Order: sequence, then structure tokens, then C-alpha cells
Amino acid sequence: MTTKALARGALGLLAAGAVLTAGAAIGSDDGTRIHWGPYKVGDKRSGYTYAGAQTRAMQDDDFQNPAFLWLERGADIWETAAGEAGKACADCHGEAEEALAGVATRYPIHDEARGKLMNIEQRINWCREEQMGAAPFKWESEDLLGITAFVKNQSKGMPVAVSIDGPARPFWEQGKAFYEQRRGQLDMACTHCHVDHAGTMIRAETLSQGQVNGFPTYRLKWQTLGSLHRRFRGCNKNIRAEPYAYGSDEYVNLELYTTWRSNGLPIETPSVRK
Amino acid sequence: MKDELETGGVSRRTLMVSLGGGAAVTTAMTLVPGLSLAGEAEVQAIIDQMAEGTPVDGGVELDLPEIAENGNTVPVTVTVDAPMTADSYVKTVMVMADGNPQAEVARFNFTPACGTASASTRMRLAGTQTIIAAAQMNDGSTMVGRKLVKVTIGGCGG
Amino acid sequence: MAKIRPRVKAPKKAAMGEIIEIKTLINHAMESGQRKDSGGNTIPRQIINRFVVTLNGREVFSTDLFPSVSANPYVAFFLKAEESGDLTFTWHDDDGSVYEDTKSIEVA
Repeated sequence: MTTKALARGALGLLAAGAVLTAGAAIGSDDGTRIHWGPYKVGDKRSGYTYAGAQTRAMQDDDFQNPAFLWLERGADIWETAAGEAGKACADCHGEAEEALAGVATRYPIHDEARGKLMNIEQRINWCREEQMGAAPFKWESEDLLGITAFVKNQSKGMPVAVSIDGPARPFWEQGKAFYEQRRGQLDMACTHCHVDHAGTMIRAETLSQGQVNGFPTYRLKWQTLGSLHRRFRGCNKNIRAEPYAYGSDEYVNLELYTTWRSNGLPIETPSVRK
Repeated sequence: MKDELETGGVSRRTLMVSLGGGAAVTTAMTLVPGLSLAGEAEVQAIIDQMAEGTPVDGGVELDLPEIAENGNTVPVTVTVDAPMTADSYVKTVMVMADGNPQAEVARFNFTPACGTASASTRMRLAGTQTIIAAAQMNDGSTMVGRKLVKVTIGGCGG
Repeated sequence: MAKIRPRVKAPKKAAMGEIIEIKTLINHAMESGQRKDSGGNTIPRQIINRFVVTLNGREVFSTDLFPSVSANPYVAFFLKAEESGDLTFTWHDDDGSVYEDTKSIEVA
């Protein structure tokens, strides 16, 4: 299963490969015409289109992409029994590539039992605690990053499609309010960089639209895989605001809002960013 | 799916604009006061130790980004123009960074079985600096290639 | 990452005389010895310092790594396909650990 699922990820990459090759070849020039293929949908531009040629090349090749070290760990976790129930993810869900195709495109979802949202990490830990009788993985642990990236990778290439209808709506509204709220000593909202000034320079860097379709992502800066909530915390610290906790309601609501902004862009997990 | 006029990442032109606009680019070196850096002399000492006779410039190609997106992970490929036969082959290529605390980054040790003297890795760079690759042939002769890499500290990426 | 796990990409088959590329990755923090912890104490160096590739027991390529190599070190190189057999890859850690992977290659 392990190799099959990973091979499928590679296949998904092949589909995008033709486009990427062209992009990588031209992208090193400035102001040239770049055909971004699946990485640009309407006005939405993946962080991929803001990355340099070398960074894009690292993402394009599953083998050069260091995130696959974590995905292999995730593939192992999928098949390894844990907890009092003595069950592995695969015992209930079966083959990951069948069970999980498209699943990540819909998260975060509204969870009726908890009366709030649930993202992929929380769903994985819910399974561990409730179904497997196993201890939850710690946030930002290698295990949780590995299994999350593995789960999301099964939807690679499929468009993000979170629902903000019905019970999810108020949480989306809270996420939107967070996104637009000025905060921190710099008194900045997410919108100032990622909506009003996307595409312009902040010091030596081009501001992106802050699309989230590639998380967990391997950042060159971090030299490791990291979650969307780690990125939220980094952004909040950059504007000298107190970061919220991993998995906090604030960040999960924000995750729904930012993921909704990315609706239509293909899932790239695991992406590589600067 | 039409062509678009767009730029990926930090282009040279936009960086220059940014530089001209207020010298916004700095390097990690200035952020680490008191850090002692390798410098050109240390690089030269390593080359002199390797070389039998006078090192020659050229024949060593360094494939590096002109501007590294982040100094923590900078891809580098070094390729030496050499036949790689039992009689004439590249034995070692020492990759060095003169602006890092220690000059040595990686030493690739080749054999004729490699067929071509080319290897890649990823390195950490403390700031804008010159990368030097010294290639020693099996007869002891040494060739040297150099390339400048700019390392930027961005608004959020640095 | 608690468990060190190398990844190697090498073709299973190659034509006689063909130049093949081999890519390797291993998860390792490559602690440089330059960093300090929150208490101001230097975090001791712990890196993978050597990577060796043998074909049927004979060394064909190696790399000495220094602290400037990024975490999760990536090394790619080439081989000229001249004999079938086993490629063995070993990574040597500062703490004495050795991590190994093997790939067989068929040259026709």
C-alpha cells in the first residue's frame, strides 16, 4: 500500500509536470510570460507562483522534496496498529488512496458532536482517541505532520472545496473577522498583506495571496515540514501579535476562512516554500 | 490556461528596485555580531593544501540560484569538465562558502565509475557570499570555480 | 525526527554504459554546533559527516559533509552503468550511528 499510495502521488505530479517544466524554464527570467497551469485558477494564485525556480523544482520532484520523508512516516502510521483497540487506520478505512481521495478537499468540516469545526489534524486525533483508544499525537510532532501530509496527499491535484453553508457559516464568519481584524504592535490584519498588497514587495520579498492549498509545507526557512497553524503563528509573530495555540478555535476558524479563499486551487500537499 | 505576464518569486529586477528604494536588503552576517567568518584566506589555504602546482581558474561549473530564497536551504550543483576515465578523472571537489563560519561545505569524492563528475546538495549560507569549488584531478592538478550568491532577508521569509 | 530513514532513488535497470543519476535524502537535523538554546548554551554539533556509496563492496562515490549542509541532507550524483549488483549507501552520524540502504541494479 505504502509504495502504491506514494506512487499515486507521483502520478498526480506527472500530470502537472508538463506545465511545471515550462514554468521552471521560463520562470527564472523576470517579467516573462509564465504559464502557471493548475497553480493559477481565475485570480487565485498558489504560493507556488510566488516561489523561485529552484524552490519550484524542489516541489516538482517527489524525490527532491524532503517532505516525502514525512509522508513515508505517515504511510507507516496508516498501517500500524496502535492503542487499546489494536487497530490501524487501514483496518477501518482500507486502502488510503481509495478511502482518502478527495477527503482533504472538504476540511475543516463542521462536527456536530463537538458543536464546532474540525480540521484534518483534529480528525486524526479524534480517530486515535475515540476509535483506536490511542494517545493523540502532539501538535507539530513528526507523527502528526507525517500522517496529516499523507492524508492530504491522497487528494493531491483535486480542487479545494470546503463548504461554508449551514452550521459551518458562523465559524467561517468568525474566521473572516479574524482575517480582517487589525492586531499586534504593527496593527495589521491578514488582509493588509495578502489581499490589499499581494504581489507587491515587503522588503526583499513578494507578498503572496496567502493561499493554503499546499500545507503541511516544507519551508526552506524551517528546514522541516510544518502545519498551517505554525504559519499562522509565524505571521502573527511577524506583526508582533500574540500567537494563538495550535488547534485553537481561533486558528481552526481562520483555517476554514483561508481554505475557503483557496477553494478551486488544487491541493499541493506537500508543497515546498521559501 | 492562457499565458500571463507574471513573475515568480524574487526576480533580479524587483530586488534591485527594492535595493534602490531604501537598501532594504540586509544579510544574516550583519545580524550575527561577533560571528567569525571563514574569509578568502581560509578558502585559499584549503585550495593550496589540495593543489599540486598552481590551481587554474575554470573548468568547474557551479549551478546556484543568483538570489537564494532562504539562506537555510540553498541548492548547489557542481560539475567538472573532465573525461572520468581510469587515466584521467576528478578525485575530489571541495565546495566552500567564504562567508560561513567554516569554509568547507561538502567534499565530493568521485571515481571513474561515476562516468561524470557532477554532484548536488543543499547548503546553509550565513549571507551574501562567494561559493568556491576546487576540483582536484587524479594527477594532482586543481581547477577552481567561483560564483556569488545573494542571500536576502525578506519581510517574512528570512 | 526520532527515526532516521534514508530515501534512495536509483534505477532498477540500466543499459551498459548509460550514465544514471542517483538521488538520496535522509532525515537529520544536521545540528551545526553554531546555535544556542534558549538558555544561551551552545547546542552541541551533531551532523552526518560522511556518506559512502559502494557497488558490490567497492567504493564508487562518497561525500564528506560539514555543518553548512542543510537539515535533511540531499546528495545526488551519477554512476556509469557497467556492472549489475548491489549498491550500498551508508550515512555516518557524529554519534557513531550508521544508517544504511541498499538497491540492486541490473545492467544489460
